[in-house]
Amino acid sequence: MLYREAGQFKASYQADQQIFPIRQDRVGFALVLAFFFLLVPALANQYWLQAILIPVLIFSLAALGLNILTGYAGQLSLGSAAFMAVGAFAAYNFMLRVPGMPFLLALVLGGLCAAAVGVAFGLPSLRIKGFYLAVATLAAQFFIIWALTKFPWFSNHSASGVISAQAVVILGYAFDTPASKYLLTLTVVAVLALLAKNMVRSSTGRAWMAVRDMDVAAEVIGIRPLHAKLSAFAVSSFYCGVAGALYAYTYLGTVEPEGFNLDLSFKILFMIIIGGVGSILGAFLGAAFIVLLPIFLDNVIPKLFGGLLSSSFSSNLQLVVFGGLIIFFLIVEPHGLARLWQIGKEKLRLWPFPH
Amino acid sequence: MEKMHRARRGAPLAALAAGLLIALPALAQEQFIGLPSYRVGPYAAGGSGIYGGWIDYMTLINERDGGINGVKLSWEECETEYNNARGVECYERLKGKGPTGNTTFQPLSTGITYSVLEKVAQDKIPMVTIGYGRTDAADGRVFPWVFPMISTYWSQASGMVKFIGDKVGGLEQLKGKKIVYLYHDSAFGKEGIPLMEQSAQKYGFVLKQIPVAHPGNEQQAQWLQIRQEKPDYVILWGWGVMNPTALRAAARSGYPRDRIVGGWWSGSEEDTIPAGDAAKGYISANLSGVGADFPVIQEVQKHVYARNKGNMEDKSRVGSVYYNRGIVHGILTVEAIRTAQQKYGAGKPLTGEQVRWGFEHLNLDADHLAKLGATGLLPELKVSCADHEGAGKVKFQQWDGSKWLPLTDWIEADRSQVRGLIELSAGSYAREKGITLRDCSKEM
Repeated sequence: MLYREAGQFKASYQADQQIFPIRQDRVGFALVLAFFFLLVPALANQYWLQAILIPVLIFSLAALGLNILTGYAGQLSLGSAAFMAVGAFAAYNFMLRVPGMPFLLALVLGGLCAAAVGVAFGLPSLRIKGFYLAVATLAAQFFIIWALTKFPWFSNHSASGVISAQAVVILGYAFDTPASKYLLTLTVVAVLALLAKNMVRSSTGRAWMAVRDMDVAAEVIGIRPLHAKLSAFAVSSFYCGVAGALYAYTYLGTVEPEGFNLDLSFKILFMIIIGGVGSILGAFLGAAFIVLLPIFLDNVIPKLFGGLLSSSFSSNLQLVVFGGLIIFFLIVEPHGLARLWQIGKEKLRLWPFPH
Repeated sequence: MEKMHRARRGAPLAALAAGLLIALPALAQEQFIGLPSYRVGPYAAGGSGIYGGWIDYMTLINERDGGINGVKLSWEECETEYNNARGVECYERLKGKGPTGNTTFQPLSTGITYSVLEKVAQDKIPMVTIGYGRTDAADGRVFPWVFPMISTYWSQASGMVKFIGDKVGGLEQLKGKKIVYLYHDSAFGKEGIPLMEQSAQKYGFVLKQIPVAHPGNEQQAQWLQIRQEKPDYVILWGWGVMNPTALRAAARSGYPRDRIVGGWWSGSEEDTIPAGDAAKGYISANLSGVGADFPVIQEVQKHVYARNKGNMEDKSRVGSVYYNRGIVHGILTVEAIRTAQQKYGAGKPLTGEQVRWGFEHLNLDADHLAKLGATGLLPELKVSCADHEGAGKVKFQQWDGSKWLPLTDWIEADRSQVRGLIELSAGSYAREKGITLRDCSKEM
């Protein structure tokens, strides 16, 4: 009843092929954007902006990158945190060594460095697939972190290998309050998400999906596997690199190579599995789930039973509940939260009829 | 009509009673301390021991003394899982709790320390990093809000060099000797290198640096190399599973364990017990005393555990290395608040800024420690505006197969050497960030 496209006629191919062809979708999305761009910075306090929203956005971007590689192009990768590290350290070095480097350009250059490294480590994908490729990207994870620790040049010869991100100044305006950092992150993520959505709808995306589904058949019909796979690695690593640079500049402020360890790579992989592989919305939902649920559990569980639980027990219980919820969601919907959203929309189309 | 009059008379009394009841909790204000603890993961033993000891000491102060001059301590734990992002979230969450906000932040993780380093100055919450964190924060002129108290990593390295010097018959005898620096390949592990390299040049010993990749449960290659090098001493600068693995690998390659000197994050029961017999004779540094014989710990047993309010689920951990370190955390926090109350007024909860003053003017001399019942548990400490370290001392202990036995008394680091490096490093940070140094002579 509410979600019908009756009466909505398209008069051009452009209108027919837009991302949100149904008007209700467009209105809804505009409301969501207005909420996050206008309402949230005005109403949210520092805790929500700094500790909740910014990390969710940054990890959404990294999950988006991994989703492009694993979800759309079918190349399993366990090196996403390492590409984030490359982006962070590259952006830092560009800002440090090039006088007058604008921040956004440093962000892009950091992403491009990560893309170059991603292409280099993606070369094995031309010969090996699936699990074995995951091991090759695992090598990327360990090698990159080792290299960043071993060569002091990357961290400007600091005694401990920790880099301290410079202040973010764009066109003379300093982004030092949580609200401004949040808006900067949100803008970057929104632009890159739009780019990703359009990329996967384009011939590039279709080439990726063909390679994912059956790469031999894709080669037979004329899709160049080298081009498709390496472009997937490049774009994915670019996204992870930008996410890593934002992680250093707008979120933590200081990063060390160990902070981009294998645990983080796995976390990003879990985000796309829970959120939904092969879906742009899935990256956002998965990131929100993996980042926010432990914090929610840490707020709720210690206060259960009137605080009678010992802290060790409640901390361990949080991990148990978190793992249990992951298993629950994957049993209920193996295709992830994005599929649940999709099913919801399909049911809303028929509402109030059951079928 | 009469009933209404009676009700009307009763109403103001009821309002007065309600007002009193609402006002009463406001009178009993508490000093809030946020605890960014970690009780899960590979380092859970350290986290549960230290935060448990700290909570026990605060419970002791509340139970035995009724708080600090009548102001009871309250706290809330926030699980960081030893993860930087969670640490930042915990910092933000704990920031505003309590009547005066969070008054100190002690994350027990170098990673989290770096992540919130710049925020603590803006939010006016003193960060205390006892035996970890950013070593050059000992220069209080550059880092007014960070206190790496008792000893920093460079003091530990210097103390180790002195200890080894004592063992070979004097620092001059170090010339020509060979020391291997076996370190965890991370920011933490590399912290000791600048001072070790400087000491190697100064005393003429050969320093061989051998990294162990995280997490360190594979050390065959490193110990083979050590067997070839045949060093006089091995400094073990490890964390977590790297420590018992090193001891087992040393036993297999035949290197005597009493020539291995570990750091204070390599010298706990959780590092030696898993290694079994291989750990016997192993020496490690410590910045807190070991054992349950200290009067303050007896007090904790009497007033806290006897009333079933103890935090440690395994009561045999009372008196262990990490537990005692937790008690030291508690003592330093409580005494800093007490010091601050002397200036800002006793009997009310203080703000983070006031507690920072307390930390900066903390002076624990031998008499004070004796009154606390903590002689030998921590060294005499005097923090000042320029020196946020306060002591620069380290003790050494030896594992006899079932417990840690104290080997030496407090050994002071070469403070001029350490301070020189600290000022150099802090100075370059100040230049990079455009910070003007505080003028300590102008401040009280």
